[in-house]
Amino acid sequence: MPSMTMVEAIRDAHMVAMEGDDRVVVFGEDVGFFGGVFRCTQGLQERFGDHRCFDAPINESAIVGAAIGMAAYGLRPCVEMQFADYMYPAYDQIVSEAARLRHRSAGDFTAPIVVRMPSGGGIFGGQTHSQSPEALFTHVAGLKTVVVSNPYDAKGLLIAAIEDDDPVIFLEPKRVYNGPFDGHHDRPVVPWSKHPLGDVPEGHYTVPLGEARVHRAGSDLTVLTYGTLVHVAQTAAEERGVDAEIIDLRTLVPLDVDAIVESVAKTGRCIVLHEATLTSGFGAELSATVQERCFYHLEAPITRVCGWDTPYPHALEWSYFPGPDRVGRAMEEVLAA
Amino acid sequence: MKKPELDEKVERVALMRKQLVRVLDDDGQAVGEWVPDLSVDDKIAGLRDMMTVRTFDARMLRAHRQGKISFYMQALGEEAIACGQQRALRPGDMHFPTYRQQGLLIAAGYPIVQMMNQILSNEEDPLKGRQLPVLYSAKSHGFFSISGNLATQYPQAVGWAMASAMRGDTAIASAWIGEGASAENDFHAALVMASTYQAPVILNIVNNHWAISTPEDFARGASATFADRGYGFSIPAIRVDGNDYLATYAASQWAAERARANLGPTLLEWITLRRGAHSTSDDPSVYRPDHESEQFPLADPIDRLRQHLTALGAWDDDRHESLQREITAEIETALAEADSHGSVKSGAVPGPATMFDDVFAELPRHLREQRGQVGE
Repeated sequence: MPSMTMVEAIRDAHMVAMEGDDRVVVFGEDVGFFGGVFRCTQGLQERFGDHRCFDAPINESAIVGAAIGMAAYGLRPCVEMQFADYMYPAYDQIVSEAARLRHRSAGDFTAPIVVRMPSGGGIFGGQTHSQSPEALFTHVAGLKTVVVSNPYDAKGLLIAAIEDDDPVIFLEPKRVYNGPFDGHHDRPVVPWSKHPLGDVPEGHYTVPLGEARVHRAGSDLTVLTYGTLVHVAQTAAEERGVDAEIIDLRTLVPLDVDAIVESVAKTGRCIVLHEATLTSGFGAELSATVQERCFYHLEAPITRVCGWDTPYPHALEWSYFPGPDRVGRAMEEVLAA
Repeated sequence: MKKPELDEKVERVALMRKQLVRVLDDDGQAVGEWVPDLSVDDKIAGLRDMMTVRTFDARMLRAHRQGKISFYMQALGEEAIACGQQRALRPGDMHFPTYRQQGLLIAAGYPIVQMMNQILSNEEDPLKGRQLPVLYSAKSHGFFSISGNLATQYPQAVGWAMASAMRGDTAIASAWIGEGASAENDFHAALVMASTYQAPVILNIVNNHWAISTPEDFARGASATFADRGYGFSIPAIRVDGNDYLATYAASQWAAERARANLGPTLLEWITLRRGAHSTSDDPSVYRPDHESEQFPLADPIDRLRQHLTALGAWDDDRHESLQREITAEIETALAEADSHGSVKSGAVPGPATMFDDVFAELPRHLREQRGQVGE
């Protein structure tokens, strides 16, 4: 089985989807000739021509707006926001239009689009290249929201997202594009070629939207997380000798409630991790879900470890990032409670 | 006014953004290069379309005053633009309208009773009571779902047109916006996309001079016209008398032929006047000058086409009154039928469980649970 980085897996997913369905078109800023600033669409224009993969002017609202129109015509557009931080001009098109088109027209028109966006920090990107805006999408009726953590899932989920009949927001934590970042920024990153989730099958396969993955089975406590922090949680657990069960949610809407309940019912303890700011973050939704469904299994309060409620700082990036030390301390506190 | 060749260089039509295309003169004669090739029957059909829109609007406003419906928006004085353009385009083309293009549906032969069912939000509402009155959707009649947000449909229309071109199709898209909403970012987003990809799209700006309470210059700024907006994008832009049915048909046909000949987008600024209130929630007496309508120089679109047909010897008062009676009866019959299906006021609306349908193609778990909680 070939080994791929997450960038290569995403590129391969595009290839497979475009090969299998000529309605799939890919566009965005620097996406065509250059192949994207993170190289996720490299080679698509060469292979499929500039009617299937092309550059767009720097106007996110135009990109998503045009994608909605193309989808209404019958195409399957998969567009890239160069950074999740740049999606705000497109937010109205995503929230007021793509998300609601099926409902408001009673199925007369639909918007099967995918909006990909590199998210998260850890690359010294400062406040405009580091954000994790997933909660701004999970709060919206009619959107599916995916956050990927590894090459295998990224390929299977992206193909599933493109084939899905509804709009899908596809967040790609850029810190794990090239390896399973463990949160220790001062150490070399293990490449995906040395990680089992870097083994990516050739050809078509899907990872269904709405299914979580048990990243690490364990019995001491449950970690609910997604994206980069899946790997940070694993590091923290190993460093502290905690037998954590780490659930990689993968899809936030629809949420795999069964996987959450099954795990917390088993461990009785739960921590919730994400890189996005704490207040009104998706962790609040997870925490409420566990409280509503697993209260009588809980032996300790649910704890959240998240980004602070500040803009993502440039020089103080590693003070902001919920790294293995903060996560490890939280694990010990929850076990001691 | 000269009518340019379809492939005329944009610099050579540039002055038309400051001028005004008209066909009907003050005596009701069709004059000049823009006279469209329409038979008397076509013109009578256009008159009928416009009279139907006006009669429909008047009846719906009365239904609002009677407490039957929650909200309405009329197109009084602007009927020619949507009616004329619809007849100039083809089945298979797609309009991305605003809330004041009911003429597109009526001229396309969409069932009036369906429009009323939507307005009443009743059990037969094709949109299942989910949208404010008049925010129709009718893919079968080339009418994209109206949002209620302003300007969002403009880049969508460009995308639809791009998709048609990418697939080798000859269908074109038509984007609609009011002059006030042309200040929105999405208007400019659409123009840059249309210009960059030379999309087969008509970009309509209906300049009815009022954005609720603010006059047109708040959106126009220091430009002389809204058609000026096209110039910076090298999109041929033409100002047209929007109260002249023959001009609306001719200019729309010109733009449509350009698009279908792969010559790219055309921007059309339609000059008209919003004679009524913005909506039933508006009181224009607070902000509008008295007698504005009477002093508006482009007169009334129905009166002008009627005058033209009369001058041709093809129309008279008896025929006009007879047609009016026929339309009124048609609308009363439709309303009686729509009324029989209930309304949002009577409570005969789709069941609560239906609000969970169509959020997604398939009902996910959390919505299944919530539907179970709301009951039937």
